[in-house]
Amino acid sequence: MYAPGTESLIKQAREIQEEELQKFYVRVSKQLHSGKDPGGEVIDSLQRLHLIVSATKYARTLPADLAKKLQMLLRSPSCVEQLQVLSSTILRESLPLSAHDLSKDLSHDSRALSYTASVVLSQARSKDDLLPLSQNLLKSLESRQPEIQIPKHTLPILSKMFIFCLDILNEDQVNLISRKLADWLRYASIYQGASMSSGGFFTSPRSRQPALMTEVDGAVAGDFFTVLCVGQSYTEDQWMNMYTFSMIKSWLLTYDTDGTSNAESAQLKRPQVVHTTSFQDDRSELDSSVMSMVSATSSSSRLLPPKERLREKAFEYCHRLIEQSDRKAVKKADAELQKACIVESVSIMDIICSEDPSYVYRGFPCIKALYGRLSTDLAFARVLLPIAQFYLSHSETAAVESEAVFHHLFSRFPAELFNEPMLAFEFVSFCLHNVSVLQKKVAIYRQSFPNLLKFLAWNSPGLISEFMELLPSFLAPETAIELLHTLLDLPCLAAALDLQHRSAWYQAADRAVWDQQGSKITASLDAFRQPSYRGLFLYILRPEAGTGDTIDRLSMLHDALEGMAESPRVLCCAQIVPVLLHVYFNTIMQMADGKMMNQLLLVLLERSSLLYKIKNFSTEVQRVFSTHLQALCKLNPPLIVDQYKELLEFTSTTTNIYTKEDFYTHVVWVIGEYLSLSYDPRCTVELITSFFEGLEAVLFEITQVRQSASPPRYSPRLLTVLMTALAKLASRSQDLIPRASLFLSKMRSFAHSGRVATCFSDEDSEEIITRAHELINLLRLPNVAQFVLTPSAQGDCPRWHRDTNAALPQRMRAISGLLQSHSSFLPV
Amino acid sequence: MVVCFLIHTVCPVSALSAGESRILYSRLFGPEEDTQLQRSAEQQRLTQKETLGLIARQVRSAVSASREASGRVFVEAGLGEEAMALNDAEYGVLSLAHRDPFADRCVALWLGVQALAFTLVCQPHENLLLAEGSLRNLTRHCLEELRLLGPGSEVLLKSDRVDAMLQRLLPHGQLLFLNHRFAYALDKELSSYTGK
Repeated sequence: MYAPGTESLIKQAREIQEEELQKFYVRVSKQLHSGKDPGGEVIDSLQRLHLIVSATKYARTLPADLAKKLQMLLRSPSCVEQLQVLSSTILRESLPLSAHDLSKDLSHDSRALSYTASVVLSQARSKDDLLPLSQNLLKSLESRQPEIQIPKHTLPILSKMFIFCLDILNEDQVNLISRKLADWLRYASIYQGASMSSGGFFTSPRSRQPALMTEVDGAVAGDFFTVLCVGQSYTEDQWMNMYTFSMIKSWLLTYDTDGTSNAESAQLKRPQVVHTTSFQDDRSELDSSVMSMVSATSSSSRLLPPKERLREKAFEYCHRLIEQSDRKAVKKADAELQKACIVESVSIMDIICSEDPSYVYRGFPCIKALYGRLSTDLAFARVLLPIAQFYLSHSETAAVESEAVFHHLFSRFPAELFNEPMLAFEFVSFCLHNVSVLQKKVAIYRQSFPNLLKFLAWNSPGLISEFMELLPSFLAPETAIELLHTLLDLPCLAAALDLQHRSAWYQAADRAVWDQQGSKITASLDAFRQPSYRGLFLYILRPEAGTGDTIDRLSMLHDALEGMAESPRVLCCAQIVPVLLHVYFNTIMQMADGKMMNQLLLVLLERSSLLYKIKNFSTEVQRVFSTHLQALCKLNPPLIVDQYKELLEFTSTTTNIYTKEDFYTHVVWVIGEYLSLSYDPRCTVELITSFFEGLEAVLFEITQVRQSASPPRYSPRLLTVLMTALAKLASRSQDLIPRASLFLSKMRSFAHSGRVATCFSDEDSEEIITRAHELINLLRLPNVAQFVLTPSAQGDCPRWHRDTNAALPQRMRAISGLLQSHSSFLPV
Repeated sequence: MVVCFLIHTVCPVSALSAGESRILYSRLFGPEEDTQLQRSAEQQRLTQKETLGLIARQVRSAVSASREASGRVFVEAGLGEEAMALNDAEYGVLSLAHRDPFADRCVALWLGVQALAFTLVCQPHENLLLAEGSLRNLTRHCLEELRLLGPGSEVLLKSDRVDAMLQRLLPHGQLLFLNHRFAYALDKELSSYTGK
């Protein structure tokens, strides 16, 4: 529990007065100075000091003498560990920076050095800040004197350094470390370390024959030492073996590439053969009887240069770990470690094979066998991802069939493990990492988007940014329309997954438990189990694309899922759909041909009223539709003629105004804008007239002034857009002008009627009247009207606006003169 | 490698606005890529602390979202029930985009135990299976050593124990492949540390 006391301690630490703080510094300083063995009091003071310096985000500056004393404590090998910990944390958190002072005189004691390093690392800003420390560590690595111990944390510290700054090591140093790493990996003792407790009082440890390490299942170790070898205690080199394996991947990623060293140190490269002469021979302390496959097949690496030798040793090590991971671990912790080891080993093998393809032939038998062993067990799902990565990177080189692997991966995992957040993340990262290869080479990938979207539906807030990146890769002419439907149904998918999850938990018989879920959810759960809904749910939960873009009875499914509309996952999905739709449309606009655009337009019209009823969902989706409808028509204006029947039907249906006004308004606008001979030669007078009549009827219906009629339930904007659309159409077929003018002239009485005044503000009514007047005026001069209401497509081009000799600016000036100064044109 | 480790609240804290999180322990494993050159040490520190605060907030909202979605009812666990609390813990992962807030893309693993979250931010190519195991192990140690399920404030005053833990289980941010005997050896060292 979070205690209120904790909160008040933080407050105190933050608000301590300067004077009090200075006194406290002096007191701590004195305590440290007393020369006595520091006891509980000092520790207590330092703990408080640490709280004071760390509790605020603004740095506190220690007095110089206190900082010096803490540095001394930190360096001193004889100091109690707790004091070292406290000194290092206080120095890390406060000013002045002490890294520089500390680097001048580094301790030889392993523990003191490690705590000092933590301060140096946290305060370092550049390579230069790290050099003294790295030199110190390298010196101990170079030393051949047995009495110089290698500090325990050498490798983690070096890792931090080279990840921060690649060129902190020169070519020789990289080779030196590579040699050391290879030795630690491959030649750590296979015997257990001398355990303090194992030797009794009467038996001297020396007389006891050291025992061999065991495997995780208790059998005697079959080959060289690895992190999966268990013993009572470990020797120094076994610890180094563990540290080496823990960092070897980042080492290989950093230095095992051809362009390892940067340009500066490239000149240091010399023929690597020089080093081979100074190698220690490949030692073999192993009894031939304990050889496993790995050692038996080990190639002689005696003559290899250090990097290649390390590659060889690391490969053998990983191979052995994979072998060892087949053993049944006695301890649960070791079983977990086995999985982590497989993941690491396979990725290391992948790195090595990418660097040197000759390893691919050695690697594949092992990886294949591993896949065969683990693929059916879902408990190993996360382990299969690096295996799939290996197949993806190397199956072509080795001419190995990989389709089955990906089929298994994409069809089973998302469907069965969508509720595993870690797997979901790793799976999606895997796709993202390999997106271009998957698109090109793995046929099942694009087909699997209904399955992959399950991860998103279940874990939506965590994976949205990944899916925004991934979405374009699902798009192809054959998947585009189905993908759009699937995105729109994403909240349904979330609801269906939720039901699937729940129904697996509660058996049908446990009605009591079901009912606790709330009656609404129970109804949805019931539907989920009814055979009549089976087909619908099977479709929504389908693993692959290609069974059809959508289904007929979608609204029935929406009704069945009504009870889930307030579930958090569904709500979350409903929020991300508009975001994904934007990504979708922005991508599809770049690849769609005329046929596809026609299909898209139809989907927009159809789905604008066929959506899962979630609060705000329809409004948000329709808003996205509106934006992209405009873009779609602008890109391809003949769409209006192509789909005139559907558009006419849509716009003539007055109920559409009340359910989706925004989208309706946009449809009317695009008709007015793009139904023109200048965009499409097929645009006949009849077509214009039929649209005109349709819109006229709608405008008439909604502006009818009857006492019984209810006040308008739409915005003034819809009216002005409708009016303008009518005027635009009339300007293109001049026979319609008198009808349009007559209609527009009626708008004044409409806007002034009592029931309109109750819901539109004065400004709104005024706006409607002004617009009507303007349009009437324009229509009086048909040629001007045509120019203003149907500007040529070139109007978008910058030249038309900037070049004063172009027609547009001149005409604009003429028109504004016409509308503003020549008031005689205005009706009285 | 691990970039940072945090212990922070995911419950409402009276002094903070909703959605904020109080960081009780933080350790940033430097050095850190400096995104803005020539900043003073004060500015650098301020940025670091704000970065950590940002991560804590993001994790807090992820924990809340995950708890809300799962709809599970949480049983409050007290001292001595650490294993149960850990078993019941919500867990998850979120990705931190390039330069937002760290120089490179990172991955934040989190474990929500009762009112607290334990967060480990690591580099993207890190072995997440190992990282998750390490995070669970660290969390168990913290819950036990700092009596986090109890009413005290050890987490602030005895935070050196967390440092000593990290020094062994996650030296300088290096995730370690520890089998149960390696872990046992380190646990023994740790218990002799806290025993002092």
